[in-house]
Amino acid sequence: MEILVCIKRVPDTSENEITVNKEGTDIEREDLVYSVNEWDNYAVEEAIRIRDKVGGTVTVVSLGSEETEEVIRREMAMGADKGIHLMDPALEGSDGRGIAVALKAEVKKGGYDLVLTGAQADDGAGQVGGMLAAMLQRPFAALVNHIEVTGADTLRIGREIAGGNQEFSEIRLPCVLSIQTGINEPRYVGIRGIRKVASVEIPIHGISDIAVPAETVGKTGARVKRIDYFTPQLGKGAEILEGSDEEIIDKLIEILKSKGRIK
Amino acid sequence: MAPMIAYILHKNGVIDDTALELKSAAEMLEPEAVPVAVVMGSKKDVEGVCQEAARSFATVWKIENEALSYPNAEVIRPLLSRILPKGSIVLMPHEHFSMDLAPGLSICQEAAYLPDAVGFEAREGQSLRAVREEFNGMVRTHVACDLTQGAVITLRPGAFTPNERKDKSGQIIDKTPEAFQEGAPTLQRRFIELVEAEAGDVDITKSEVLVSVGRGIEEQENLEIIHELGKVMGADVSCSRPIVDAKWMEKSRQVGTSGKTVKPKVYLALGISGSFQHLGGIKGSPFMVAVNKNPKAPIFHVADVGVVADILDFVPKLSEKIGEAVK
Ligand SMILES: Cc1cc2nc3c(=O)[nH]c(=O)nc-3n(C[C@H](O)[C@H](O)[C@H](O)COP(=O)(O)OP(=O)(O)OC[C@H]3O[C@@H](n4cnc5c(N)ncnc54)[C@H](O)[C@@H]3O)c2cc1C
Repeated sequence: MEILVCIKRVPDTSENEITVNKEGTDIEREDLVYSVNEWDNYAVEEAIRIRDKVGGTVTVVSLGSEETEEVIRREMAMGADKGIHLMDPALEGSDGRGIAVALKAEVKKGGYDLVLTGAQADDGAGQVGGMLAAMLQRPFAALVNHIEVTGADTLRIGREIAGGNQEFSEIRLPCVLSIQTGINEPRYVGIRGIRKVASVEIPIHGISDIAVPAETVGKTGARVKRIDYFTPQLGKGAEILEGSDEEIIDKLIEILKSKGRIK
Repeated sequence: MAPMIAYILHKNGVIDDTALELKSAAEMLEPEAVPVAVVMGSKKDVEGVCQEAARSFATVWKIENEALSYPNAEVIRPLLSRILPKGSIVLMPHEHFSMDLAPGLSICQEAAYLPDAVGFEAREGQSLRAVREEFNGMVRTHVACDLTQGAVITLRPGAFTPNERKDKSGQIIDKTPEAFQEGAPTLQRRFIELVEAEAGDVDITKSEVLVSVGRGIEEQENLEIIHELGKVMGADVSCSRPIVDAKWMEKSRQVGTSGKTVKPKVYLALGISGSFQHLGGIKGSPFMVAVNKNPKAPIFHVADVGVVADILDFVPKLSEKIGEAVK
């Protein structure tokens, strides 16, 4: 099976405090630790497992600046066979639709049977997979947490729905699926793995390579544009307990006692 | 004026609470508009839901067919794009079903897609200024959404104040023939079965006190300090999603929209950032204590009492003191 996994390089929220910059034009990007979007990493692991069972190749594609290469390489170290880096000044400022337009062209070029994306990334939008499927006129499922290859052109999939219940369906290939966390346990990638793929060439595709008209992507193609970033001020907020650990613990125990939660 | 459409969710014949939130959002967007509620489902389910929707919406479109007895986005999307006028503004709640349906619908409609809006601030002509969250609520953004060719907008459940007025006796229009005039859509994704989440060793939905742990615990071995605190407090231990994804705890202990809905009296959130999917599983406004090393963590917006500390350090000390206190 020919599988394409769409991945994104994002600030790692478990490693960073995310704050708004002075001008409110962006988050503070200095000193941020980046990694591959958590959902995408599960998607790559799942693609590798499918390939190892039924054969084929796994390609990872990512759209972004120079540094994006490092996450492509990381996922290749994990076991993806090929990488593609989509980079073009015309793609900057794309909204979800613009990104899907570029990915659609890449899917057409490579002729993949199965396309995976993460269910969402750092902006919490969860849009690219569903848009891509509709543009390709292929079936789609969001929040997939189980995949079984059941025939030459069918998969049995599980979707996560409210309450942790699971909805099982049969879907036809070629299709697009967005992957939910927890579908598998992604393998660890060590320094040695990364070194092994350090010199593998990763082709860079610009919009002319995939025949995408400039006005359909980037700022010009975008229908949803960020105006600014700000820090939410919500509700009255918690009463923050101050003092030494001992003092804080005493206060906290008093409070819990008053709530009848400790005798 | 663009037609305003509210896509109504329902389950077992009962209308979802978010319907009233869609209504107030529609009124904010276009005060003069008469929003249309769209209800799709099997015959047995839709009748009651349409009646209920008609108390809030002046116009209700009903589409009923046995093919709709289970909400399959791959069936509903093509049906919707047959009946929705081009340029419509379609509103639906942001949750598991709409994440499946909505992005593709925006492409079918050639409309803009604005996911997970938490507020609308202003409308200038065909540009809507809305508020979204990024990075799990750590920052917010203002976005401009171009409504010229219509839009599909999903709304964060609970973010828009519901319009509770039920003074309408709306007209129910059967749109089934129009939706099915080209027959049923070809089925590329066939629903097989629903598997309910497994029950675990404890039922956290009944717990009065929950000691809840998140990714801040860092390592599986560290969970011991959380169980110890649970023990001295006589509380049950629950968690956020990453703990379950890592297979460190049973799914039955996960609090949130894709886990359990809990209603304790006291909730201790330890190393949990406070994403809306997590908070969505906490009902009944418990007294909430949050311990987090990041003073800017969104959980502090909703907690009653906060402690800025490293849980690995703080929790053992707290357990020890409580242990002494209860002795
Ligand atoms: C469709 C969908 C459904 C979802 N359903 C759920 C759900 O049901 N339940 C759920 O919980 N999530 C759910 N999520 C995931 C959700 O979006 C968040 O990713 C998740 O809640 C984050 O969990 P967390 O707060 O434990 O981790 P993080 O967001 O990573 O937060 C960890 C927190 O710990 C703090 N911290 C780190 N180290 C320490 C330390 N040593 N001491 C103190 N504090 C520390 C950090 O400052 C941070 O605030 C869902 C997501 C999607 C897309």
